[in-house]
Amino acid sequence: MSAGLLLDEVTLRHGDGEDITTALDEVTLRVEEGEIVAVVGPSGAGKSSLLAVAGGLTVPDAGRVLVGDVDLSGTERDRARIRRERIGYVFQSNNLIPSLTAVDQVRLPLTFGRHDASRDPLELLAEVGMEHKAGRRPHELSGGERQRVGIARALVTRPRLLLVDEPTAALDRRRSHEVVELLAKETHHLRMATVVVTHDHDVLRHCDRVYEMADGRLKPTRPALV
Amino acid sequence: MFLTIRELVFARSRFALMGTVVALIAILMVLLSGLSVGLVDDGVSGLKKLPVTSLAFERGVAGDAAFSRSVVDLGTVDEWAERDGVTDAAPYGNTLVNAKTNGDVDIDLALFGVQPGSFIDPEPARGTRLGSDPNEIVVSATALDAGVRLGDVVTVDRVGTELTVVGVLDGQHTYGHVDIGYIPLRTWQEIRTGTAPGAQAPAHAYEEITAVAVRSASGTDLAAGDREVGTMSMTLEESFGASPGYTAETSTLQMIQVFLYAISALVVGAFFTVLTIQRKPEIAVLRAMGASTRYVLRDSLAQSLVLLTISTVLGVGIGVAAGAAISSTPMPFSLDPGSIAVAGLLLVVLGMAGAAIAVLRIVKVDPLTALGGNR
Repeated sequence: MSAGLLLDEVTLRHGDGEDITTALDEVTLRVEEGEIVAVVGPSGAGKSSLLAVAGGLTVPDAGRVLVGDVDLSGTERDRARIRRERIGYVFQSNNLIPSLTAVDQVRLPLTFGRHDASRDPLELLAEVGMEHKAGRRPHELSGGERQRVGIARALVTRPRLLLVDEPTAALDRRRSHEVVELLAKETHHLRMATVVVTHDHDVLRHCDRVYEMADGRLKPTRPALV
Repeated sequence: MFLTIRELVFARSRFALMGTVVALIAILMVLLSGLSVGLVDDGVSGLKKLPVTSLAFERGVAGDAAFSRSVVDLGTVDEWAERDGVTDAAPYGNTLVNAKTNGDVDIDLALFGVQPGSFIDPEPARGTRLGSDPNEIVVSATALDAGVRLGDVVTVDRVGTELTVVGVLDGQHTYGHVDIGYIPLRTWQEIRTGTAPGAQAPAHAYEEITAVAVRSASGTDLAAGDREVGTMSMTLEESFGASPGYTAETSTLQMIQVFLYAISALVVGAFFTVLTIQRKPEIAVLRAMGASTRYVLRDSLAQSLVLLTISTVLGVGIGVAAGAAISSTPMPFSLDPGSIAVAGLLLVVLGMAGAAIAVLRIVKVDPLTALGGNR
């Protein structure tokens, strides 16, 4: 049976000549549908590279990446299609488009192409507790509100895989808790495979499994860390 | 268009500023186009309205001074008339003179000598055609703006020939920025040779004309006719270059227009380069979320097209209004819808080219940059 996400002995190198660094070193990771997995580690450990490879933003030098039963080793055009159909991103700095209102931010991914199973943007905003600010633009929202809109945007296409980059950076403790709880709830509710990259150990309490990344290698951490 | 419209509305001040510059360029283009067409009209509108397909000048005469230097024997008219494909041939004379009306109005005139009743003898809008009286003149409507009136007597300087204004043509008939007056060929020949009224003209005076006005079927072999008759034919359009100052004026204005087009493409291109670079993080996010290259390209170019079209239409509108005001002054200015449409279209097309270059540089931005720093 296929996993929500499978990274199979993935290696990714940056640079050339003598200046080569190994960002991912034979990394294997399997995330089941409905499971939320956290990846922790210091800056430069390869966490962003892991998200980039898992999301089809870059192609690994070795190994394979599967989202469900779909291989991400195709052309950029194929990978872009897979990204818009199967993958949702929640970026560290939420990366909302300044000109769009909250509801339009959520509607935006639906304009990239056909989505048979898309969700209603307004209902989704209500689900993340932002329906009352549907007409507000990013500069009119707080950090936590922006992050909620970012999550709603990532969920609107009903992705199979949700990749979340530092969701609680720049949020206070209460907001962090709300955002992570929301992510965990949506992951279980929508049966998505979710990977959360984080520095925040409070996030880990909501995750099913936790991995630590160091020097491009991934290893499970002891539950004690959680 | 989802993002296009929303961004235009959101950043309306920034887009308004860009649109203002594009509109100013459009205004300048309309004014230059009007000036260009106005100068052309002022230089050769009378020639344009001649019902001829070509003019046969003296063989070997300088092409850019053919109207002032060419002397052709009257007999060549019949020779041209007998050529295959030639439907009409008539003598044509051209001389620039200074004159004064009995109303004390000083006026420069381009005297076109024609045989009354020939195919180049024009039908006036007011008054009568040239008749049997040798001292009649039919003038351009623009001569009325200079103070000439129907029925006035115009006296040619130095020669003293008096010509009565019997007809006024419809619209502008000018040559070398001077109003045209059609007079009988014989009178023209006397004026050209400086023969005062009552004096004996030189023997050759009545045998010489400036050129043979020819109307022929398309495909008529003019070169063969020239070889046979001993003339140098120019099509009507080619003859414009023989009008005083025409080539210099038009080439100068064309050069200015070409530079303006190039500058507008650069300015619009630079605007969109800055705008697109500012949008780079946003485009990275779009691409990370799976937006295709086509989507990003279409969105960015649609934005440019909307901005350029609105600004150009606005600029052309203001330019046309300003041009209409200028048209009522003595400045040679004429609004030609065709030229304005071409200018406006060129501005949009060149602007889009500039924008496309800017967008293409960035549309393939690595979506990885949406993730931010290295961890």
